[in-house]
Amino acid sequence: MPVVMDADRIGRTLTRIAHEIVERNKGVEDLALVGVRTRGVHIARRLARSLREITGEEIPTGALDITLYRDDLMRQAVGPQPLVRRTEIPFSIDNRKILLVDDVLYTGRTTRAALDALIDFGRPKAIQLIVLVDRGHRELPIKADYVGKNLPTATDESVQVRLQESDGTDEVVVQQEGR
Amino acid sequence: MINTLRHKDLLGIAELTPEEIALVLDTAEAMKEIGSRTVKKVPALRGKTVVNLFFEPSTRTRTSFEIAEKRLSADTLNVAIGTSSVVKGETLADTALNLEAMNPDMIVLRHSSSGACHLLSRICRSAIINAGDGMHEHPTQALLDAFTIREKKGTLGGLKVAIIGDLVHSRVLRSNIHLLTKMGADVWVCGPPTLIPTDVNRFGVHATSVIQDAVRDADVIMLLRIQLERMEGAYFPSLREYFNVFGMTEERLRAAKPDVMIMHPGPMNRGVEISSEVADGPYSVILEQVSNGVAVRMAVLYLLAGGVEHEEAA
Repeated sequence: MPVVMDADRIGRTLTRIAHEIVERNKGVEDLALVGVRTRGVHIARRLARSLREITGEEIPTGALDITLYRDDLMRQAVGPQPLVRRTEIPFSIDNRKILLVDDVLYTGRTTRAALDALIDFGRPKAIQLIVLVDRGHRELPIKADYVGKNLPTATDESVQVRLQESDGTDEVVVQQEGR
Repeated sequence: MINTLRHKDLLGIAELTPEEIALVLDTAEAMKEIGSRTVKKVPALRGKTVVNLFFEPSTRTRTSFEIAEKRLSADTLNVAIGTSSVVKGETLADTALNLEAMNPDMIVLRHSSSGACHLLSRICRSAIINAGDGMHEHPTQALLDAFTIREKKGTLGGLKVAIIGDLVHSRVLRSNIHLLTKMGADVWVCGPPTLIPTDVNRFGVHATSVIQDAVRDADVIMLLRIQLERMEGAYFPSLREYFNVFGMTEERLRAAKPDVMIMHPGPMNRGVEISSEVADGPYSVILEQVSNGVAVRMAVLYLLAGGVEHEEAA
């Protein structure tokens, strides 16, 4: 179970991404963070803290649950439904630049669902994608704007992001599936 | 934590476990947010067909189900009984089998006979959702009541809930008793002795005809409609006398907890089971119940749309 990112590395990476956000957008005007549940939300909150330390500005932050937009929903003839959790976007996304945050970018299907879900909330000026880990194997034409770490993986491996807020520790590990 | 219901149908609260009830309520919290958006629609049930089959008049429940279905992007079909073959003498089973031949995914059924949903459940492949069957159960009403209570009080366990009114004819009462006792509430039921079912203590509730005992220190007071259409006998002398003895007034309310919630499943008879001052007053959550009904029905539709795993496969 190799650890590919530890707590220090995750911390430094998020600080670096925060600086990239400020550089690329020439400040933080009109920006808002939206995290994809569950761990994308934790990462979005951490980025909001970093951005406040860098710029002194408070960036609106929301949480998006994409379950009802998944393309594999109702695909199996029978089977349990995935749990739906609450979406909380307490601000208008119209004419804002939305920083969409997720932990792992893999097939791109979650991001596709998140884009559809977001656009039901309004018409943002732009959407930029932030991921902590890009593990490759895209099945849709989707690309991240900010990547914490590019991690080449095999399809039979799984990438686990663990964060203090939900898992009690900060680390990214690669596991062989079925172990 | 479970993430699925065990049965393909929602026939009553009696069949649900406390974990399943909590799952519906948690899912409804997520669904409630969708109703506050500008675009109140998600694609979750796209391509699913839901038939609303109502053999009894209903405004709230039917429209609530229809809005819930549309917000989840299901295709909905309302069968109005006045213009259907039922008036030509077709049986419930034949009506259902004919509808089923058109391959819907779910049937929402309201019927004046207790057990009508169980009958359809046995002969239909579609998921059956009970929207009220005779004097038996009205599960989505009890779930939305529980959702409303939980939203205000944080929990159901340990609360004193007084249910007052026509107990004997009420499917809302039966579903609520099942649900509230499963979730650990202290349930009191109150009404004229003629309107209290004889074996109600069997369900683990306190029954009384003294309204002061029911109201004292109550966290929640739920009024039930005096069902004039089901009153073939003389259960009490007059509506005015009922109001004088059992009607919920501001004065009676003072004995309850200071943060008491007043609930009513509707439709209300103002001046019979509840005074207008109480119905429109600060403790009333009656209209919130209606709003929450949509979210709870969305949760039920979503959870049942996936089907259940066959036991042999599990």
